[in-house]
Amino acid sequence: MSVTLQDSDCPVILRGVRTHFDRVRNVWVLLAPERVLKLDDIGRAILDEIDGTRSFGEITAILAEKYDAPPERISEDARTYLSGLIARRMVEAR
Amino acid sequence: MSAPRANPPMAMLAELTHRCPLSCPYCSNPLELERKDRELTTDEWKDVFTQAAEMGVLHVHFSGGEPASRRDLEEMVAHARDAGLYTNLITSGIGLTRRRLEALDSCGLDHVQLSLQGVDAQMADLVGGYKGGFDRKMQVAGWIGEIGFPLTLNAVMHKKNFDRLEETIAIALDMGARRLEVATVQFHGWAAKNRAALMPTREQAKQARLTVNAARARLAGVLVIDYVPADHHSDYPKPCMGGWASTGINIAPDGSVLPCHAAHTIEGLNFDKAHERPLKDIWYNSHAFNAFRGFDWMQEPCRSCELKTKDFGGCRCQAMAIAGDAAATDPVCIKSPLHAELVRRAEADAEDDADLIYRLMPD
Repeated sequence: MSVTLQDSDCPVILRGVRTHFDRVRNVWVLLAPERVLKLDDIGRAILDEIDGTRSFGEITAILAEKYDAPPERISEDARTYLSGLIARRMVEAR
Repeated sequence: MSAPRANPPMAMLAELTHRCPLSCPYCSNPLELERKDRELTTDEWKDVFTQAAEMGVLHVHFSGGEPASRRDLEEMVAHARDAGLYTNLITSGIGLTRRRLEALDSCGLDHVQLSLQGVDAQMADLVGGYKGGFDRKMQVAGWIGEIGFPLTLNAVMHKKNFDRLEETIAIALDMGARRLEVATVQFHGWAAKNRAALMPTREQAKQARLTVNAARARLAGVLVIDYVPADHHSDYPKPCMGGWASTGINIAPDGSVLPCHAAHTIEGLNFDKAHERPLKDIWYNSHAFNAFRGFDWMQEPCRSCELKTKDFGGCRCQAMAIAGDAAATDPVCIKSPLHAELVRRAEADAEDDADLIYRLMPD
Protein backbone atom coordinates (compact mmCIF):
# COMPACT_ATOMS: atom_id res chain seq x y z
CA MET A 1 0.00 0.00 0.00
CA SER A 2 1.46 3.32 -1.07
CA VAL A 3 1.17 6.43 1.04
CA THR A 4 2.11 8.94 -1.64
CA LEU A 5 -0.04 11.96 -2.19
CA GLN A 6 -1.11 13.13 -5.68
CA ASP A 7 -1.99 16.73 -6.49
CA SER A 8 -5.59 15.69 -7.15
CA ASP A 9 -5.94 13.86 -3.81
CA CYS A 10 -8.00 15.50 -1.13
CA PRO A 11 -6.30 15.23 2.26
CA VAL A 12 -8.63 14.88 5.22
CA ILE A 13 -7.73 15.11 8.91
CA LEU A 14 -9.27 11.99 10.41
CA ARG A 15 -11.74 11.97 13.25
CA GLY A 16 -10.00 11.83 16.60
CA VAL A 17 -7.15 14.00 15.34
CA ARG A 18 -7.19 17.69 16.16
CA THR A 19 -4.95 20.69 16.67
CA HIS A 20 -4.83 22.08 20.17
CA PHE A 21 -3.03 24.98 21.79
CA ASP A 22 -1.15 23.72 24.82
CA ARG A 23 -1.29 26.67 27.22
CA VAL A 24 1.08 25.10 29.74
CA ARG A 25 3.92 24.51 27.25
CA ASN A 26 2.92 27.47 25.07
CA VAL A 27 2.96 25.42 21.87
CA TRP A 28 0.52 24.07 19.26
CA VAL A 29 0.13 20.30 19.19
CA LEU A 30 -1.68 17.72 17.12
CA LEU A 31 -3.66 15.41 19.38
CA ALA A 32 -4.24 11.94 17.97
CA PRO A 33 -4.99 8.46 19.31
CA GLU A 34 -2.19 7.61 21.77
CA ARG A 35 0.03 10.31 20.25
CA VAL A 36 0.84 13.98 20.61
CA LEU A 37 2.85 15.72 17.89
CA LYS A 38 4.36 19.11 18.48
CA LEU A 39 3.43 21.43 15.61
CA ASP A 40 5.85 23.94 14.22
CA ASP A 41 4.61 26.94 12.20
CA ILE A 42 4.99 25.09 8.92
CA GLY A 43 3.08 22.01 10.06
CA ARG A 44 0.33 24.15 11.46
CA ALA A 45 0.11 26.25 8.31
CA ILE A 46 -0.32 23.10 6.21
CA LEU A 47 -2.94 21.57 8.50
CA ASP A 48 -4.86 24.85 8.69
CA GLU A 49 -5.49 24.73 4.94
CA ILE A 50 -7.02 21.26 5.04
CA ASP A 51 -10.79 21.67 4.97
CA GLY A 52 -11.87 18.32 3.57
CA THR A 53 -12.70 19.74 0.13
CA ARG A 54 -9.45 21.26 -1.15
CA SER A 55 -7.11 19.06 -3.15
CA PHE A 56 -3.46 18.79 -2.26
CA GLY A 57 -2.62 20.86 -5.37
CA GLU A 58 -4.98 23.63 -4.28
CA ILE A 59 -3.58 23.61 -0.76
CA THR A 60 0.00 23.98 -1.93
CA ALA A 61 -0.97 26.75 -4.36
CA ILE A 62 -2.62 28.65 -1.50
CA LEU A 63 0.43 28.17 0.72
CA ALA A 64 2.83 29.26 -2.04
CA GLU A 65 0.92 32.48 -2.51
CA LYS A 66 0.37 33.14 1.19
CA TYR A 67 4.02 32.69 2.11
CA ASP A 68 5.45 33.95 -1.19
CA ALA A 69 7.50 30.77 -1.63
CA PRO A 70 8.38 28.64 -4.68
CA PRO A 71 5.46 26.25 -5.38
CA GLU A 72 7.76 23.25 -6.03
CA ARG A 73 9.45 23.73 -2.68
CA ILE A 74 6.11 24.10 -0.83
CA SER A 75 4.71 21.10 -2.63
CA GLU A 76 7.69 18.93 -1.73
CA ASP A 77 7.67 19.97 1.94
CA ALA A 78 3.91 19.58 2.32
CA ARG A 79 3.96 16.20 0.57
CA THR A 80 6.66 14.89 2.90
CA TYR A 81 4.84 16.23 5.93
CA LEU A 82 1.40 14.92 5.04
CA SER A 83 2.72 11.57 3.81
CA GLY A 84 4.14 11.10 7.29
CA LEU A 85 0.74 11.80 8.84
CA ILE A 86 -0.96 9.48 6.33
CA ALA A 87 1.42 6.67 7.28
CA ARG A 88 0.53 7.29 10.92
CA ARG A 89 -3.23 7.16 10.15
CA MET A 90 -3.86 10.74 11.23
CA VAL A 91 -4.60 12.06 7.75
CA GLU A 92 -6.18 10.25 4.82
CA ALA A 93 -5.95 11.01 1.09
CA ARG A 94 -9.32 10.68 -0.60
CA MET B 1 19.65 14.50 47.10
CA SER B 2 17.63 16.88 44.96
CA ALA B 3 15.84 15.56 41.91
CA PRO B 4 15.87 17.55 38.68
CA ARG B 5 12.86 19.73 37.94
CA ALA B 6 10.29 17.62 36.12
CA ASN B 7 8.39 18.54 32.99
CA PRO B 8 4.60 18.60 33.21
CA PRO B 9 2.89 15.24 32.62
CA MET B 10 1.55 14.51 29.13
CA ALA B 11 -0.92 11.75 29.90
CA MET B 12 -3.13 10.53 32.71
CA LEU B 13 -4.30 6.98 33.24
CA ALA B 14 -7.55 7.23 35.19
CA GLU B 15 -8.38 3.86 36.69
CA LEU B 16 -11.99 4.65 37.51
CA THR B 17 -12.71 1.29 39.11
CA HIS B 18 -11.24 -2.15 39.60
CA ARG B 19 -14.62 -3.74 38.92
CA CYS B 20 -14.73 -5.71 35.67
CA PRO B 21 -16.94 -8.46 34.23
CA LEU B 22 -13.83 -10.19 32.88
CA SER B 23 -11.19 -11.86 35.01
CA CYS B 24 -8.19 -11.93 32.66
CA PRO B 25 -5.23 -13.77 34.20
CA TYR B 26 -2.84 -11.05 33.01
CA CYS B 27 -4.81 -8.14 34.48
CA SER B 28 -2.46 -5.26 35.31
CA ASN B 29 -4.50 -4.28 38.35
CA PRO B 30 -2.97 -4.97 41.76
CA LEU B 31 -3.60 -8.27 43.50
CA GLU B 32 -5.48 -6.38 46.19
CA LEU B 33 -8.37 -4.81 44.31
CA GLU B 34 -10.32 -1.84 45.59
CA ARG B 35 -13.99 -2.28 46.38
CA LYS B 36 -16.68 -0.03 44.93
CA ASP B 37 -17.17 1.89 48.19
CA ARG B 38 -13.51 3.00 48.13
CA GLU B 39 -13.74 4.55 44.65
CA LEU B 40 -13.51 8.30 44.12
CA THR B 41 -16.87 10.00 43.62
CA THR B 42 -17.95 11.62 40.36
CA ASP B 43 -17.11 15.08 41.69
CA GLU B 44 -13.71 13.98 42.96
CA TRP B 45 -12.87 12.55 39.53
CA LYS B 46 -14.07 15.71 37.81
CA ASP B 47 -11.78 17.76 40.01
CA VAL B 48 -8.89 15.44 39.10
CA PHE B 49 -9.52 16.07 35.38
CA THR B 50 -9.75 19.84 35.87
CA GLN B 51 -6.43 19.82 37.74
CA ALA B 52 -4.88 17.52 35.12
CA ALA B 53 -5.73 19.88 32.27
CA GLU B 54 -4.45 22.88 34.22
CA MET B 55 -1.09 21.24 34.90
CA GLY B 56 -0.47 20.25 31.26
CA VAL B 57 -1.94 16.78 30.81
CA LEU B 58 -3.12 16.39 27.20
CA HIS B 59 -4.51 12.85 27.04
CA VAL B 60 -6.70 11.20 29.63
CA HIS B 61 -7.16 7.45 29.34
CA PHE B 62 -10.33 6.22 31.03
CA SER B 63 -9.46 2.77 32.24
CA GLY B 64 -10.09 0.33 35.04
CA GLY B 65 -11.06 -2.46 35.57
CA GLU B 66 -13.83 -1.86 33.13
CA PRO B 67 -14.57 1.88 33.03
CA ALA B 68 -18.07 1.18 31.67
CA SER B 69 -18.82 -0.33 35.11
CA ARG B 70 -19.08 3.29 36.28
CA ARG B 71 -22.54 4.60 35.43
CA ASP B 72 -21.16 8.15 35.53
CA LEU B 73 -18.59 7.46 32.79
CA GLU B 74 -20.38 9.68 30.27
CA GLU B 75 -20.54 12.60 32.71
CA MET B 76 -16.82 12.31 33.43
CA VAL B 77 -15.88 12.11 29.74
CA ALA B 78 -17.92 15.23 29.03
CA HIS B 79 -16.23 17.06 31.89
CA ALA B 80 -12.73 16.01 30.81
CA ARG B 81 -13.39 17.00 27.22
CA ASP B 82 -14.74 20.39 28.33
CA ALA B 83 -11.56 20.87 30.36
CA GLY B 84 -9.64 20.55 27.07
CA LEU B 85 -8.40 16.97 27.45
CA TYR B 86 -8.19 14.36 24.71
CA THR B 87 -10.41 11.53 25.91
CA ASN B 88 -9.65 7.86 25.30
CA LEU B 89 -11.80 4.99 26.55
CA ILE B 90 -9.91 1.77 27.30
CA THR B 91 -12.56 -0.94 27.43
CA SER B 92 -13.31 -4.61 26.93
CA GLY B 93 -16.61 -3.48 25.43
CA ILE B 94 -18.58 -5.40 28.05
CA GLY B 95 -21.08 -3.07 29.68
CA LEU B 96 -21.35 -0.80 26.67
CA THR B 97 -24.58 -0.63 24.71
CA ARG B 98 -25.21 1.17 21.45
CA ARG B 99 -27.08 3.77 23.46
CA ARG B 100 -24.17 4.36 25.84
CA LEU B 101 -21.74 4.64 22.92
CA GLU B 102 -23.99 7.23 21.29
CA ALA B 103 -24.09 9.13 24.58
CA LEU B 104 -20.29 8.99 24.76
CA ASP B 105 -20.17 10.28 21.20
CA SER B 106 -22.25 13.31 22.13
CA CYS B 107 -20.06 13.84 25.22
CA GLY B 108 -17.11 14.28 22.85
CA LEU B 109 -15.24 11.00 23.41
CA ASP B 110 -12.24 11.17 21.06
CA HIS B 111 -11.07 7.56 20.75
CA VAL B 112 -11.77 4.00 21.82
CA GLN B 113 -9.21 1.37 22.65
CA LEU B 114 -10.84 -2.05 22.64
CA SER B 115 -9.11 -5.05 24.21
CA LEU B 116 -9.03 -8.43 22.52
CA GLN B 117 -8.73 -11.59 24.63
CA GLY B 118 -8.59 -14.03 21.72
CA VAL B 119 -9.34 -14.40 18.03
CA ASP B 120 -12.40 -16.61 18.51
CA ALA B 121 -15.02 -17.20 21.18
CA GLN B 122 -13.31 -20.30 22.49
CA MET B 123 -9.98 -18.60 23.17
CA ALA B 124 -11.35 -15.18 24.14
CA ASP B 125 -13.91 -16.51 26.61
CA LEU B 126 -11.33 -18.82 28.13
CA VAL B 127 -8.83 -16.01 28.67
CA GLY B 128 -11.41 -13.44 29.78
CA GLY B 129 -13.20 -15.99 31.95
CA TYR B 130 -16.51 -14.63 30.66
CA LYS B 131 -18.81 -16.72 28.49
CA GLY B 132 -20.32 -14.78 25.59
CA GLY B 133 -17.71 -12.03 25.95
CA PHE B 134 -16.28 -12.45 22.47
CA ASP B 135 -19.63 -12.25 20.68
CA ARG B 136 -20.59 -9.21 22.70
CA LYS B 137 -17.24 -7.54 21.94
CA MET B 138 -17.67 -8.07 18.21
CA GLN B 139 -21.12 -6.48 18.43
CA VAL B 140 -19.68 -3.50 20.31
CA ALA B 141 -16.89 -3.19 17.70
CA GLY B 142 -19.59 -2.96 15.04
CA TRP B 143 -21.29 -0.09 16.86
CA ILE B 144 -17.96 1.68 17.38
CA GLY B 145 -17.39 1.50 13.61
CA GLU B 146 -20.92 2.66 12.76
CA ILE B 147 -20.68 5.67 15.07
CA GLY B 148 -17.26 6.39 13.61
CA PHE B 149 -15.03 6.47 16.68
CA PRO B 150 -11.38 5.99 15.80
CA LEU B 151 -10.42 2.57 17.11
CA THR B 152 -7.28 0.98 18.46
CA LEU B 153 -7.41 -2.75 19.05
CA ASN B 154 -5.24 -3.87 21.97
CA ALA B 155 -4.20 -7.50 21.86
CA VAL B 156 -2.28 -8.87 24.81
CA MET B 157 -0.05 -11.63 23.48
CA HIS B 158 1.34 -14.61 25.35
CA LYS B 159 2.25 -18.26 25.05
CA LYS B 160 -1.32 -19.41 24.33
CA ASN B 161 -2.07 -16.97 21.48
CA PHE B 162 1.20 -15.81 19.91
CA ASP B 163 0.84 -18.36 17.15
CA ARG B 164 -2.39 -16.63 16.10
CA LEU B 165 -0.92 -13.19 15.56
CA GLU B 166 -1.84 -13.11 11.85
CA GLU B 167 -5.48 -13.75 12.76
CA THR B 168 -5.28 -10.98 15.35
CA ILE B 169 -4.10 -8.57 12.65
CA ALA B 170 -6.94 -9.74 10.40
CA ILE B 171 -9.51 -8.99 13.13
CA ALA B 172 -8.11 -5.47 13.55
CA LEU B 173 -8.56 -4.93 9.80
CA ASP B 174 -12.09 -6.39 9.86
CA MET B 175 -13.03 -4.02 12.66
CA GLY B 176 -11.68 -1.05 10.71
CA ALA B 177 -9.17 -0.28 13.46
CA ARG B 178 -6.61 2.39 12.65
CA ARG B 179 -4.16 1.08 15.19
CA LEU B 180 -3.26 -2.28 16.64
CA GLU B 181 -1.24 -2.74 19.79
CA VAL B 182 0.50 -6.08 19.87
CA ALA B 183 1.40 -6.05 23.54
CA THR B 184 3.30 -8.96 24.98
CA VAL B 185 2.22 -9.65 28.56
CA GLN B 186 4.20 -7.67 31.10
CA PHE B 187 4.69 -9.78 34.19
CA HIS B 188 3.29 -7.50 36.87
CA GLY B 189 0.05 -7.72 38.84
CA TRP B 190 -1.98 -10.85 38.10
CA ALA B 191 0.31 -11.81 35.22
CA ALA B 192 3.10 -12.43 37.73
CA LYS B 193 0.95 -15.24 39.17
CA ASN B 194 0.58 -16.67 35.68
CA ARG B 195 4.13 -16.74 34.42
CA ALA B 196 4.07 -20.47 33.80
CA ALA B 197 0.79 -20.23 31.88
CA LEU B 198 1.63 -17.15 29.81
CA MET B 199 5.39 -16.75 29.31
CA PRO B 200 6.06 -16.95 25.56
CA THR B 201 8.94 -18.96 24.21
CA ARG B 202 11.98 -17.21 22.78
CA GLU B 203 11.02 -18.58 19.37
CA GLN B 204 7.50 -17.11 19.63
CA ALA B 205 8.93 -13.72 20.57
CA LYS B 206 11.31 -13.85 17.61
CA GLN B 207 8.57 -14.88 15.19
CA ALA B 208 6.24 -12.16 16.49
CA ARG B 209 8.72 -9.45 15.59
CA LEU B 210 9.04 -10.82 12.05
CA THR B 211 5.27 -11.02 11.68
CA VAL B 212 4.82 -7.46 12.98
CA ASN B 213 7.51 -6.07 10.68
CA ALA B 214 6.01 -7.80 7.62
CA ALA B 215 2.52 -6.58 8.50
CA ARG B 216 3.75 -3.02 9.02
CA ALA B 217 5.25 -2.98 5.54
CA ARG B 218 2.17 -4.59 3.96
CA LEU B 219 -0.32 -2.34 5.78
CA ALA B 220 1.43 1.05 5.67
CA GLY B 221 -1.23 3.75 5.58
CA VAL B 222 -3.92 1.23 6.59
CA LEU B 223 -3.05 -0.01 10.05
CA VAL B 224 -0.45 1.34 12.46
CA ILE B 225 1.01 -1.43 14.60
CA ASP B 226 2.61 -0.72 17.96
CA TYR B 227 4.61 -3.60 19.31
CA VAL B 228 5.53 -4.21 22.93
CA PRO B 229 8.14 -7.00 22.85
CA ALA B 230 8.59 -9.81 25.35
CA ASP B 231 11.09 -8.12 27.60
CA HIS B 232 12.19 -11.29 29.45
CA HIS B 233 13.62 -12.42 26.11
CA SER B 234 15.40 -9.13 25.47
CA ASP B 235 19.01 -8.17 26.17
CA TYR B 236 18.22 -4.62 27.24
CA PRO B 237 15.35 -3.34 29.36
CA LYS B 238 12.43 -1.30 28.10
CA PRO B 239 12.60 2.47 28.76
CA CYS B 240 9.75 2.03 31.22
CA MET B 241 7.33 5.00 31.27
CA GLY B 242 9.99 7.02 29.44
CA GLY B 243 11.67 7.34 32.83
CA TRP B 244 10.05 7.41 36.27
CA ALA B 245 7.44 10.16 36.68
CA SER B 246 8.50 11.87 33.46
CA THR B 247 5.42 11.80 31.24
CA GLY B 248 2.55 9.86 32.77
CA ILE B 249 0.48 10.15 35.91
CA ASN B 250 -1.80 7.37 37.14
CA ILE B 251 -4.80 7.66 39.43
CA ALA B 252 -5.99 4.46 41.12
CA PRO B 253 -9.71 3.96 41.93
CA ASP B 254 -9.21 5.11 45.54
CA GLY B 255 -7.45 8.29 44.40
CA SER B 256 -3.87 7.10 44.97
CA VAL B 257 -1.60 9.04 42.64
CA LEU B 258 1.13 6.87 41.13
CA PRO B 259 3.86 7.31 38.50
CA CYS B 260 2.71 4.01 36.92
CA HIS B 261 0.01 1.46 37.56
CA ALA B 262 2.35 -1.00 39.30
CA ALA B 263 4.25 1.51 41.45
CA HIS B 264 2.35 0.51 44.61
CA THR B 265 4.50 -2.66 44.64
CA ILE B 266 7.58 -0.61 45.50
CA GLU B 267 8.29 -0.75 49.21
CA GLY B 268 9.05 2.41 51.12
CA LEU B 269 7.10 4.75 48.87
CA ASN B 270 4.04 6.53 50.20
CA PHE B 271 1.54 7.62 47.57
CA ASP B 272 -0.64 10.66 48.17
CA LYS B 273 -4.36 10.73 47.38
CA ALA B 274 -5.74 13.02 44.69
CA HIS B 275 -8.50 14.27 46.99
CA GLU B 276 -6.05 15.09 49.79
CA ARG B 277 -3.20 16.98 48.10
CA PRO B 278 -3.12 19.06 44.90
CA LEU B 279 -2.02 16.97 41.91
CA LYS B 280 0.54 19.54 40.88
CA ASP B 281 2.17 19.42 44.31
CA ILE B 282 2.22 15.61 44.21
CA TRP B 283 3.77 15.59 40.73
CA TYR B 284 6.54 18.09 41.44
CA ASN B 285 7.20 17.79 45.15
CA SER B 286 6.22 14.42 46.56
CA HIS B 287 8.90 12.02 47.70
CA ALA B 288 7.47 9.13 45.67
CA PHE B 289 7.46 11.04 42.38
CA ASN B 290 11.00 12.30 42.89
CA ALA B 291 12.37 8.96 44.09
CA PHE B 292 13.72 7.82 40.71
CA ARG B 293 13.79 10.98 38.64
CA GLY B 294 17.05 11.89 36.95
CA PHE B 295 20.11 9.68 37.41
CA ASP B 296 21.43 10.30 40.93
CA TRP B 297 19.49 7.36 42.39
CA MET B 298 21.17 4.85 40.09
CA GLN B 299 23.63 2.16 41.14
CA GLU B 300 26.17 0.33 39.03
CA PRO B 301 26.02 -0.94 36.33
CA CYS B 302 23.48 1.78 35.40
CA ARG B 303 25.33 4.74 36.88
CA SER B 304 28.26 4.59 34.45
CA CYS B 305 26.29 3.11 31.54
CA GLU B 306 25.89 5.22 28.42
CA LEU B 307 22.44 3.73 27.81
CA LYS B 308 21.03 5.22 31.01
CA THR B 309 19.72 8.26 29.15
CA LYS B 310 17.83 5.96 26.77
CA ASP B 311 16.40 3.21 28.99
CA PHE B 312 16.55 4.93 32.42
CA GLY B 313 17.69 1.65 33.95
CA GLY B 314 14.51 -0.12 32.85
CA CYS B 315 11.48 -0.80 35.01
CA ARG B 316 11.60 0.10 38.73
CA CYS B 317 8.77 -2.31 39.55
CA GLN B 318 10.56 -5.18 37.83
CA ALA B 319 13.76 -4.32 39.71
CA MET B 320 11.73 -4.42 42.93
CA ALA B 321 10.02 -7.70 42.05
CA ILE B 322 13.10 -9.60 40.89
CA ALA B 323 16.11 -7.89 42.49
CA GLY B 324 14.27 -6.93 45.66
CA ASP B 325 15.56 -3.37 45.23
CA ALA B 326 13.70 -0.75 43.20
CA ALA B 327 16.95 1.15 42.55
CA ALA B 328 18.71 -1.88 41.05
CA THR B 329 19.28 -2.38 37.33
CA ASP B 330 16.25 -4.00 35.71
CA PRO B 331 17.29 -7.70 35.62
CA VAL B 332 16.24 -7.83 31.95
CA CYS B 333 19.52 -6.03 31.21
CA ILE B 334 22.43 -8.27 30.22
CA LYS B 335 24.62 -6.15 32.50
CA SER B 336 22.55 -7.12 35.54
CA PRO B 337 24.07 -9.88 37.70
CA LEU B 338 20.55 -11.36 37.84
CA HIS B 339 20.07 -11.55 34.07
CA ALA B 340 21.15 -15.17 33.66
CA GLU B 341 18.70 -16.28 36.33
CA LEU B 342 15.91 -14.22 34.75
CA VAL B 343 16.53 -15.90 31.41
CA ARG B 344 16.65 -19.35 33.00
CA ARG B 345 13.33 -18.76 34.76
CA ALA B 346 11.70 -17.30 31.63
CA GLU B 347 12.76 -20.32 29.60
CA ALA B 348 11.52 -22.73 32.25
CA ASP B 349 8.15 -20.92 32.45
CA ALA B 350 7.89 -20.86 28.66
CA GLU B 351 8.19 -24.67 28.56
CA ASP B 352 5.62 -25.16 31.33
CA ASP B 353 1.96 -25.89 30.67
CA ALA B 354 0.25 -24.44 33.72
CA ASP B 355 -3.46 -23.63 33.98
CA LEU B 356 -4.65 -20.03 34.07
CA ILE B 357 -5.19 -18.44 37.47
CA TYR B 358 -8.01 -15.93 37.12
CA ARG B 359 -8.23 -12.51 38.65
CA LEU B 360 -10.74 -12.49 41.53
CA MET B 361 -12.64 -9.58 43.01
CA PRO B 362 -12.70 -9.44 46.82
CA ASP B 363 -15.91 -10.78 48.43
